[in-house]
Amino acid sequence: MHQPFNYPDYPYRRSPELTEGPTRRYPVVIVGAGPVGLTAALDFAMRGQPVVVLDDNNTVSVGSRAVCYAKRPLEIWDRLGCGQWLADKGVNWKIGKVFFREGLIYSFDLLPQPGHKMPAMINLQQYYLEHTLVEHCTARPEVDLRWKHKVVGLAQQDDHVRLTLDTPDGRFDLLADWVIACDGAGSAVRGMVGADFAGQVFQDRFLIADVVMKAGFPPERWFWFDPPFHRGQSVLLHKQCDDVWRIDFQLGRDADPELEKQPERVIPRLRAMLGQDTEFELEWVSVYQFACRRIDQFRHGRVVFAGDSAHQVSPFGARGANTGVQDADNLAWKLKLVIDGAAPPALIDSYAEERTFAADDNLLNSTRATDFITPKSKASLLFRNAVLELAQDHAFARVLINSGRLSTPTPYVHSRLNTPDEDEFRGVMAPGTPCADAPVLRSDAAPGWLLNALGDDFVLLCFGEPPPHAALAHGAVSARLLSVGDHPGADLRDPEGLLEQRFDGRRGTVYLIRPDQHVAARWRAFDAAKIRAALARCLAA
Amino acid sequence: MALILTPNIPDPDGFYAELIDSQRDLDEPQAAMMNARLVLLLANHVGDRTVLREALAAARPKSRD
Repeated sequence: MHQPFNYPDYPYRRSPELTEGPTRRYPVVIVGAGPVGLTAALDFAMRGQPVVVLDDNNTVSVGSRAVCYAKRPLEIWDRLGCGQWLADKGVNWKIGKVFFREGLIYSFDLLPQPGHKMPAMINLQQYYLEHTLVEHCTARPEVDLRWKHKVVGLAQQDDHVRLTLDTPDGRFDLLADWVIACDGAGSAVRGMVGADFAGQVFQDRFLIADVVMKAGFPPERWFWFDPPFHRGQSVLLHKQCDDVWRIDFQLGRDADPELEKQPERVIPRLRAMLGQDTEFELEWVSVYQFACRRIDQFRHGRVVFAGDSAHQVSPFGARGANTGVQDADNLAWKLKLVIDGAAPPALIDSYAEERTFAADDNLLNSTRATDFITPKSKASLLFRNAVLELAQDHAFARVLINSGRLSTPTPYVHSRLNTPDEDEFRGVMAPGTPCADAPVLRSDAAPGWLLNALGDDFVLLCFGEPPPHAALAHGAVSARLLSVGDHPGADLRDPEGLLEQRFDGRRGTVYLIRPDQHVAARWRAFDAAKIRAALARCLAA
Repeated sequence: MALILTPNIPDPDGFYAELIDSQRDLDEPQAAMMNARLVLLLANHVGDRTVLREALAAARPKSRD
């Protein structure tokens, strides 16, 4: 098969434990160097927290696997220093088209709101994402990345975990105050802690093919129901970079996965779709079944689960990697504060609560899309096709078409870390919501972005001139002051008025913003006692 | 608003004839498709989720226990 990407061979290094005893203890050990584990490692590194990362392999994801990355994960990676590279490298797309049988029935535009640094959605092969995350991790002295280290044993102790690792040079044990299991849907760690992973497995099989071709298709998401070249099933076409295209064929319930993976079966399907004259090469082929399931609890003692090890979704909606990265974003600052003794362990429980809430939202969306795409009975197929027929003529039916609702962040509206509003606010920036970006001018008059100015610690975002000595603290944790306006000494100006508009930020308004750039609390006036109480609440103190 | 279960259609015999006539020349799959489209069109016209939920419950086969 064609290989436009050179898979790196990351160097395996013999761990010092194999030559020098005694058993070492580490504050944080991350299992799995995929998108979620590497993002978490980088987030800890940026916070000055040393981490060990273990991976049983020594290269990046083989095949492109995850394809679409949404704005919020891109903003997280931008906070960690690699968002702009990803946005530049990826395919920026906005248009989606839905076809039924012979014709186009509906097209949508993501209509990205202007005035955000990151695009609404990019497509990029997972190996590029992992490759750049590995490069960034390797450049950080805090990250101890160990390839070909496979976790084969785990024992929970009162305040730490003993891990047994298998390496090319033999086995050894290490101790971890905290283990973060980012080892994917088939998580071995999940099995070792005896966690339940329940949900729905869909019977339909899908063929995923990544194809290299110089085709004239535009960079749009095309989804077919029952097309002439693949009767009775669905097909998805999506562009990635380097002329790689993702094509996804629904095969039905009775397909033989081994047989369907063979090029002599795959190529005729592609020829029927792309036309006999289109030249293409296969890059990667896989056949799989989808499942929508979630772990019983995100935290088992000193082991915390993040990404696919905690929740598995179908690919329709791009909710796998995108939500996993938001797990890492939620966990890193909390665990760091707990490790430093600046917050009680209850802060970790808020991770479990907030991300369980988000996982359930993703699972609901993912299950609904899968049910629409693969109807389970004659009656549901009839309704599905009736929706598609009606959608050709009537707008009401178009909103019922579900070829995947694309990933957006789930606001933590019920979180215990939120301080409920006492004052009236318009707009969507309620406590628990990730901050919307906006263009700003920095104090040196250079153009910048709100999210870059927020950074990765607690921030008091004040609209208008704040009172003197406005920065506040709870114990060892302080909130950095960031004032917006035209007053002398303002940190940010709001040249287009978008910041004020998006935050309903009239003069005097104050927002307390979390280290993961989510709103914790907001008021119409600066009240030091209320702000201190909200900061304490946000630390679960 | 609640689901109306008392007579609400003017000229009920005329409506019933119109309903049956509308499918007279259709085979079974065509009639089934038309019924599905009809459900969706009328559901969108009603719009009220409470009324729709009551209608779904009223339309379900009666349990035999």
